[in-house]
Amino acid sequence: MSQAATLSRRSNAGPAIVLDQVNKWYGSLHVLRDVSLTVGEGERVVVCGPSGSGKSTMIRCINRLETHQEGRIVVDGTELTDDLRALDTIRREVGMVFQSFNLFPHLTVLENCTLAPIWVRKTPRAEAEDQAMDYLRRVKIPEQAKKYPGQLSGGQQQRVAIARALCMKPKIMLFDEPTSALDPEMIKEVLDTMIELAESGMTMVCVTHEMGFAQRVADRVVFMDRGEIVESNSPREMFQNPQTDRLKLFLSQILRGH
Amino acid sequence: MSQSAAAAVGPVATPAREQPPAGTVGVIGWLRANLFNSWWSTAVTLVLGYLIIRWGLAFIDWALLHAIWSVPINENGQPDATICRSADPAGACWAVIGDKWRFILFGRFPYDQQWRPGLCVGIFVALFAISASRRFWRRELAWIWLGALTVIGVLMWGGVPGLEFVPQDMWGGLPITLILATFGLAFAFPLSVLVALGRRSTGLPAVRILCVLYVELIRGVPLISLLFMASVMFPLFMPVGLNPDKLLRAQVAIILFAGAYLAEVVRGGLQALPRGQYEAADALGLSYWQKAWLIILPQALRLVIPPLVNTFIGFFKDTSLVLIIGIFDLLSTGKVAMADPVWQGVGTEIYIILGAIYFAFCFAMSKYSRGLEHEFGRGRSR
Repeated sequence: MSQAATLSRRSNAGPAIVLDQVNKWYGSLHVLRDVSLTVGEGERVVVCGPSGSGKSTMIRCINRLETHQEGRIVVDGTELTDDLRALDTIRREVGMVFQSFNLFPHLTVLENCTLAPIWVRKTPRAEAEDQAMDYLRRVKIPEQAKKYPGQLSGGQQQRVAIARALCMKPKIMLFDEPTSALDPEMIKEVLDTMIELAESGMTMVCVTHEMGFAQRVADRVVFMDRGEIVESNSPREMFQNPQTDRLKLFLSQILRGH
Repeated sequence: MSQSAAAAVGPVATPAREQPPAGTVGVIGWLRANLFNSWWSTAVTLVLGYLIIRWGLAFIDWALLHAIWSVPINENGQPDATICRSADPAGACWAVIGDKWRFILFGRFPYDQQWRPGLCVGIFVALFAISASRRFWRRELAWIWLGALTVIGVLMWGGVPGLEFVPQDMWGGLPITLILATFGLAFAFPLSVLVALGRRSTGLPAVRILCVLYVELIRGVPLISLLFMASVMFPLFMPVGLNPDKLLRAQVAIILFAGAYLAEVVRGGLQALPRGQYEAADALGLSYWQKAWLIILPQALRLVIPPLVNTFIGFFKDTSLVLIIGIFDLLSTGKVAMADPVWQGVGTEIYIILGAIYFAFCFAMSKYSRGLEHEFGRGRSR
């Protein structure tokens, strides 16, 4: 899979994310094997693969929730190293949405959204609150602003988590299986929010099994298995013309499940 | 609640079945469910009930009905406690409290100056009341504490115009207990939070090892030996002329000891937090201290309110151990009062009063902590 060929035509500026020959081990377990991936600015990449294939680990390496041991990761022109200042810069520009929401249960929805802008970006409180309300309106739950996360449904919590990440005005959004912990009837509301975000031109890397979502918004789908990127192609090519047996097997399992 | 009883009462009393059967709710329902729900529990209830009532009546007899409230003064001007010793049936000799209460509360502090430690106790209680109210949980509270500490120091020591100097070895009683407990815990708590965070820090191995060493060393020795070290060994290592007073040394020993225990309690709370909370804070770009202060500690400390207060209460009472290094806290002054030959044979009454004072403070703490748990629990369940 040559990265250059699959780079989306939308990405005319420099790449937002570059992973170059990244390797990672947990003890003796080789979880990322020579992973190389370039995500252009404004590009939407969906990462899929069976569980344990390293897709979550890869996306978590991009904002250094996990550290890689070999290779280079460059985000928004800054290389991820042990340098804490570089890490701060990158985390400010990269938003993340987790499978288990990870909202702060002791803060209200609004406080969840304003915390980082106020403390990290030093935005004045009133301005941060206005912004947060804007984003809560965008994810269609402004009326829940004064509630605590525990009082919300799973789908609402995940939409708050998206708003919370957006409040930092990130250049890149990472989604780590954002709908996997949700009841089926709540998946749609979260996917709708993500589709809207994609249409606004946000650079997105999304680990998900929602193939409908991939087909609708992804510029590129990356298939991972056993720690390596096996195939990388446009969604149409990927689903209609899988090249490897591993992808064919995976797709048949996914589709049978649906 | 037995099935047959419900069947016998239920349908007749509530044909519409919209309410629970009579006899299962209210006082009767509670009694049935908790005290008389089987022949075995009925038997236990009756036996215990009998014992409690009997003991209670005997206590009232002793403490109130046969109590001796005052004793005559003999020709030496001393109270004569003979009637207390020879009373039959035995009754509480509350006269000893009337005679000794100022000594028990304030020790050997000059008699005519005892309004000063009295005022200190008042300041302490006010300080607790203010600190307990969440309305005052702001930065100003630190200044209030600093101010109170200063005023208490000035009142106790004196040495300023209008207040005569009272050396520290003349202090005693309740102010000593409150000083040791309050400032002990007030300093031990922040220390323990830092140590708990340090013990979990992955990036700084030296800090972690230091924190582990501190906790394990301090926890490994009894408080008594630490107090001995502070009072006997520590001065040996200090240069001549530089010798902080005994109370301060005991205070530092208590702070270090309490800090180690509290650190482990706090660490328990830190560990109970899901990893996702740390990751979410990291992903938003919060710095280490922002993460600790805004995300981790508010949640972790809420989780450990019960064991935290448990430890607080334990240390409040453990301050009484300073009696072995010759500091006169409340328990020590009580024991000295009991040793007075005039009141020989009269001691239970003093213990009861001491117990009541300790209980008042400890019960207030536990009551407050339950209120706090309730307040934090509202609408914030996960």
